[in-house]
Amino acid sequence: MDLKQMYREIVNEHNLHPSHKHDTENPSVVLRGVNPSCGDDILLQLKIEDGVITDGSYIGSGCAISQASADMMLDLVIGQSEEDAKKLADIFLRMIKGEATEEEIETLDEAAALENVSKMPARVKCAQLGWRTLNEAIDSKNNES
Amino acid sequence: MNDFIKDFPALESGEYIYFDNAATTQRPRCVTQAIEEFYRTKNANPLRGLYEWSINATQAYEDAREKVAQLIGAAGASQIVFTRNATESINLVARTYGEENVGRGDEIAVCASEHHSNILPWQMLAEKKGAKLVWLEVAPDGSIPESEYSKIGEKTAIVAVAQVSNVLGQPKPVKKICEIAHKYGAVTVIDAAQSVPHMKVDVAELDADFLAFSGHKVLGPMGIGVLYGKKNLLLEMPPFLRGGEMIEYVTRESATWAELPHKFEAGTVNAADAAGLAAAIDYVRSVGYDFIEAQDKKLTTLLMNEMSEIPHIEIYGSQNPDEHCGIVTFNVEGCHPHDVSSILDTDRICVRAGHHCAQPLMQSMGVPMGSTCRASLYFYNTEEEVHLFCKKLAGVREELGYGS
Repeated sequence: MDLKQMYREIVNEHNLHPSHKHDTENPSVVLRGVNPSCGDDILLQLKIEDGVITDGSYIGSGCAISQASADMMLDLVIGQSEEDAKKLADIFLRMIKGEATEEEIETLDEAAALENVSKMPARVKCAQLGWRTLNEAIDSKNNES
Repeated sequence: MNDFIKDFPALESGEYIYFDNAATTQRPRCVTQAIEEFYRTKNANPLRGLYEWSINATQAYEDAREKVAQLIGAAGASQIVFTRNATESINLVARTYGEENVGRGDEIAVCASEHHSNILPWQMLAEKKGAKLVWLEVAPDGSIPESEYSKIGEKTAIVAVAQVSNVLGQPKPVKKICEIAHKYGAVTVIDAAQSVPHMKVDVAELDADFLAFSGHKVLGPMGIGVLYGKKNLLLEMPPFLRGGEMIEYVTRESATWAELPHKFEAGTVNAADAAGLAAAIDYVRSVGYDFIEAQDKKLTTLLMNEMSEIPHIEIYGSQNPDEHCGIVTFNVEGCHPHDVSSILDTDRICVRAGHHCAQPLMQSMGVPMGSTCRASLYFYNTEEEVHLFCKKLAGVREELGYGS
């Protein structure tokens, strides 16, 4: 998939018409993620009950890839256990480094469309922002409790 | 196409539109040939050896210094210090002149549109010495309002300003700034990284105390930069880095320093790239600043006119294309500059996107997400490239999902 196609088919829709860009009521954990050099900035909000992400959202601003990636991530992880969400994060972060298997990438559903970002070093951080913040949010919540 | 393209191997294929000249220019063949020739015919450590190769290496290095002195109107080559780049030149001044001469309560006046390279060394100095940074604010067009100059006064020790902003392209009245600074006994540090490629810079006419630029922004190689300083100032300054070839005499306990400019050039120098810079200066002079300025005006006018026809484009800085030195910074409404640059990249168009190492300026401009796109031209760019760029730019918003 070339870059223009990636924007047209996946990124633009999630960037301009996101499903999860709003506040979550009574979140269990809220964490800010930023890419200082690009100005990408998200506030990830997760509701976690009995180890399961029952709801989640983000607000923020940034490039289309950072915002769309966060939106696609929430599509995937809402309804998953913390453990499974972290597994997906691991696969995604490895995919962006060009280190995930095809089988693994398939489990990422739409987010797999960002695979080619691995060939654009300047955009890697944009694609990773949501997932890195998710990892940190889950860890920070579990460190607290 | 124009006659210059054939001299630039990277541009010759015509496949790329290179509009990131404010970041670094392309290199004409004569520059890479001069470097290659240095390593092929006189590769020895300059300033040391007593044999032919080393003597020739020294000659090439010192000839380059002479060329730089002539280019910027320095009275003598001993006032030209070779560094890695403008950043290192400014750090050198902050760490030597600054640390010796700036004290508690002194003020360092810095223009708000500066590149980080002309901010951070002064932040460091101010912190270290208990001095205060004073900001000369800029108007939206990039100019310094008259009232700002009253911030330069008895307490001012240093005035640091870029002759041309790397974001807005607006030339600053450096001669006048030097006059005001000198009235209060302050010294001026002029960042000429963006001016030397585009206009005749004359340190004597400006009466600049220090002036810095990078070779790679004016067709030269990366890794060679210039610091000019007034002789009396350079003579009084302590060395920056200490080591080989910058000494007069060394004992176990102490050392005395070599004469100017070698006092500031510790270790084996970058003679090959100095030879490359000399070739770049020859090339620029053969093109001529009159032509470069005329081409800047012609292409920038065309670019700004065509861009202003495209909906949803905001151009920053002066409305007058003559006040841009080929630099046009802009945003596409609703689109992050990084996305814009990535889309243009798929059409092999190279523009910069981000904060351009001028975050305080981005903050005061209040641009969305502190980020902009920047197209920066040089004399080898063409009208055809400007047309094609604008055509592709007009399609970016649609590529990013907006109705056309």
